[in-house]
Amino acid sequence: MAETPAGDLRLANLTKRFGIFTAVDDLSLTVPQGSFFALLGASGCGKTTTLRMIAGLEEPTSGQVLLGDRDIARLRPYKRPVNTVFQSYALFPHLNIFENVAFGLRRRGIRSVDDEVLRMLSLVQLDGYGNRRPAQLSGGQQQRVALARALINRPQVLLLDEPLGALDLKLRRQMQIELKRIQTEVGITFVHVTHDQEEAMTMADTVAVMNAGRIEQLGAPADIYEFPATAFVANFLGQSNLLAGEAAGTAGGEVAVTAHGGRFSVPAGRARADRGAVHLGVRPEKLHLVGSADQVPAGHQHVTGVVTDASYVGVSTQYLLRTGWGTELSVFAANSGAVAQVPVGSEAVAYWDPRHAFLLPRDVADSDRTSPVLDEPVGASS
Amino acid sequence: MTLLAQVPTGSGQPPPEPPAARSGRYRLLPYLLLLPGAAWLLVFFGVPLVQLASASLYDPSGSLSTGYAMTWAFGNYPDVLQAYWPQFLRSFGYAGVALVLALLLGYPLAYAIAQKAGRWKNLLLVCVVAPMFTSFLVRTLAWKTILSDNGALVGLLRDVHLLAPDGRLLATPFAVVLGLTYNFLPFLVLPLYASLERLDYRLLEAASDLYASPVEAFRRVTLPLSMPGLIAGTLLFFIPASGDYINAELLGTPNEYMIGNVIDSAFLVRLDYPQGAALSFLLMAAILAVVFGYLRRAGTEEVL
Repeated sequence: MAETPAGDLRLANLTKRFGIFTAVDDLSLTVPQGSFFALLGASGCGKTTTLRMIAGLEEPTSGQVLLGDRDIARLRPYKRPVNTVFQSYALFPHLNIFENVAFGLRRRGIRSVDDEVLRMLSLVQLDGYGNRRPAQLSGGQQQRVALARALINRPQVLLLDEPLGALDLKLRRQMQIELKRIQTEVGITFVHVTHDQEEAMTMADTVAVMNAGRIEQLGAPADIYEFPATAFVANFLGQSNLLAGEAAGTAGGEVAVTAHGGRFSVPAGRARADRGAVHLGVRPEKLHLVGSADQVPAGHQHVTGVVTDASYVGVSTQYLLRTGWGTELSVFAANSGAVAQVPVGSEAVAYWDPRHAFLLPRDVADSDRTSPVLDEPVGASS
Repeated sequence: MTLLAQVPTGSGQPPPEPPAARSGRYRLLPYLLLLPGAAWLLVFFGVPLVQLASASLYDPSGSLSTGYAMTWAFGNYPDVLQAYWPQFLRSFGYAGVALVLALLLGYPLAYAIAQKAGRWKNLLLVCVVAPMFTSFLVRTLAWKTILSDNGALVGLLRDVHLLAPDGRLLATPFAVVLGLTYNFLPFLVLPLYASLERLDYRLLEAASDLYASPVEAFRRVTLPLSMPGLIAGTLLFFIPASGDYINAELLGTPNEYMIGNVIDSAFLVRLDYPQGAALSFLLMAAILAVVFGYLRRAGTEEVL
């Protein structure tokens, strides 16, 4: 309603237990005012529970939800300057679109809502739909009504609970751009929960990758993608080839790694561990295929194997390269026309620039990890 | 068929027509399916209704032994209305009060079963319906025992001075209204339950998120969305309750008699068929008027 006082959204040691199950485990993070923040994780990782605690639909077991200096964790949802776009949209089926959008204003006793509602409907490009019922609208239109219904209240924080999950791919892409545009336009803090890593990367300024009730990594999408903090993040946000190896400490700004009999090195600045069991990680698109080892450019490192699969997906070709020790590496080759297709069954060498590799600490028992941990869409495929 | 019709057939010939006999038989099918029900309605409702309508216009001076003459005696209607208007008013009064009581009991009950009962839902529903497994008459007679002057309830109420030493529950308007409330409550609860069961709790979360207090959320979301069940339930309650005569007969005295009792006695005691028939028609007309008035005010698209 009125100008909102300056205030970041802060979660401090937020914990939620359902019986013996800990859904959110001692979570602390800060969402700067006006930013687009994405909570990314697989289903069941606690991201929706976190969102519901911010909305007030779930009471935290312990911890604080701070908006500016005010702890709102125990306020009833209808007393919080926070609105939600629900996954199911939850539009009121008995009210027309106009009244759905006006609902929040009317509940706060605002009499003349017409101008504001019409302005909102036009912001989400639904001019003239005011008299329709929600059931008469398509999924994408309903989604926009849900957004307008929340935004019209000018909340300090807008929560989005997988709002695009029910839309088909094309519409989802369109709405992602739309949402980002609207967020820039209204300047409200958006907290967006999603399991779609591409969606999180497209829209958010800051992404927090959640796993088992905790945040695994938080940062700008590019930073997380280029230098993941854990094996989980490396394979949840996009895909990675992680080779199990042993690091032997830093020397001359390089960390030397032994993996499967090969000797590799990684710049010290790209190593999250420099001693003991590590994962040597390289993204599939950072690997390049050539026919033999003498074609590898100087300063690059390589492994040799046999191409066991090649899927042509238009913008790129995705190869599987079986190494001498049996692990299959993913290699994405952009179809720029510069390199020829490598036939399946032929021997090939995958090489990479050490500055594109990264080192992660590894459980001693953990071996190579090359496929995504979860069945998630791969960044390069869409 | 529409798909086929859009595909050009190449040879320039129109797509073949479906066999006429087949489509003809399918066109008749809905009517054939309606036939048994329609015949039933005609024989057991239509014919008696006409019979009753003509009986209501018989010469009132006739009797079963001397026979009735059809004299188009429209005067029967003002006559019975003049004689029995108090019972008419009482019927709607008692049924109305019972409806209010039933709503106060039934709405929270239906809401609790539909939204809060979890795995007890089915058991609670059975509890609502279980009394219907015994006859209406037996249930009402049981109330007669419960409310009787030397029963435990009256004794207790007298002891705590909620009832005067010679006060009674049986044979009072209270007893009749109580009986009506009790006997027709399931007819209100079940449709309401069906409506509330479909209510998506996420809509209430959304309302709460949009600044609606629990009271406001109920008024703006729960209540409007339960309207179809509420309307069906109130009609299913009010219509039989206003025509009922068992409760007044067993739990009341002639001072509490409702229009149902008068019709009952006109047909079975006084054997005054024209009067009984005229009263029946008036009751029907009054109920229809009440129902349509109600639907016009409260009606939603789903009902009308």
